[in-house]
Amino acid sequence: MSHSQVHNHSPSTEFIAGAKAIIPLVIGAIPFGIIFGTLAQSSGLSFVGAIAMSALVFAGSAQFIALGLLATKTALPIIILTTFVVNLRHLLYSLSLVSHVQRLSPFWKFILGFWLTDEVFAVAINRYHKSDRSIHKHWYYFGAAIFMYLNWQVCTVIGLTLGHLIPNASNWGLDFAMSVTFIGMVIPYVKNKPMVVTVIVSGIMALITQNLPHQSGLIVAATAGVIAGMVTQKINK
Amino acid sequence: MSQQEFYLIGAMAIVTFLIRYPLLAISNHIRLPRQIIEALNYLPPAVLTAIIVPAVLMPTGDEIILSYSNAKLVGAIASVVVGWRTKNLLATIMCGMLVFTVWQWLFSP
Repeated sequence: MSHSQVHNHSPSTEFIAGAKAIIPLVIGAIPFGIIFGTLAQSSGLSFVGAIAMSALVFAGSAQFIALGLLATKTALPIIILTTFVVNLRHLLYSLSLVSHVQRLSPFWKFILGFWLTDEVFAVAINRYHKSDRSIHKHWYYFGAAIFMYLNWQVCTVIGLTLGHLIPNASNWGLDFAMSVTFIGMVIPYVKNKPMVVTVIVSGIMALITQNLPHQSGLIVAATAGVIAGMVTQKINK
Repeated sequence: MSQQEFYLIGAMAIVTFLIRYPLLAISNHIRLPRQIIEALNYLPPAVLTAIIVPAVLMPTGDEIILSYSNAKLVGAIASVVVGWRTKNLLATIMCGMLVFTVWQWLFSP
């Protein structure tokens, strides 16, 4: 994809490059943030509660599922358990980051951990996988993360205040923006046989495990895809 | 904000953070086997695909719809074609959304 060459690896150039790289994903998240804000109050979450949730939890799919559960008056422990299961994929993301963040200070690890979402991970790991020896790649992550974060807060507030002006916003299929964004992120990976196998297996497994509770099928499907890719790689050697 | 909301949001925030942060915190003390590091290269496309495929093929959430009437499927095919050809993320998103929107408008009941 059209990543601009980073010639000078200073913190500020990394920061700006990261913010630029996540622009398409920020655009894809806009409808989600607005719809979250729009649905929050009708689901029984207060104005302040919705803002606090976006600011402190910062996990789109978990926030949406929490709204759905709140609306049906689900018990608190169930909502929290669901949050755990829905966000468990982030554990795999942090495992992928382990070898890249080792020499960072505890403060950096804290904020990078707090901001670890699907979109931020997808953008940041691309940077970490580039072979150049920049020691400021975490600034790239930082630039991408803070942009994503601020956008999520602004969109939540827009949804809360102006959402009622958009009739049936949740029925427009705007969630499709995330699907196409992710399609665009997957395509560059699919350039050898193991990757093709990974994508096919995880796609099929995701359909088969769709009925597992709380999106836990996502982790099963992704793990199956990873294993299938590894096995193919071994056979091909 | 009610007291119940306070506990809900606090607990959700803590649970989420306790998934994202601990491995980063102890990363200095972890040495991943080469096998695992190799396997993790497959993780981003695997997770993203597992998110995309049900969203596109099961737009109502309960059944697979393989038909021209599924605007998400048509939009997704368009975005794969454009993405494959152009390798441009923004073009991929724009074309996918455009085809999806037009298709939905044409075939919505």
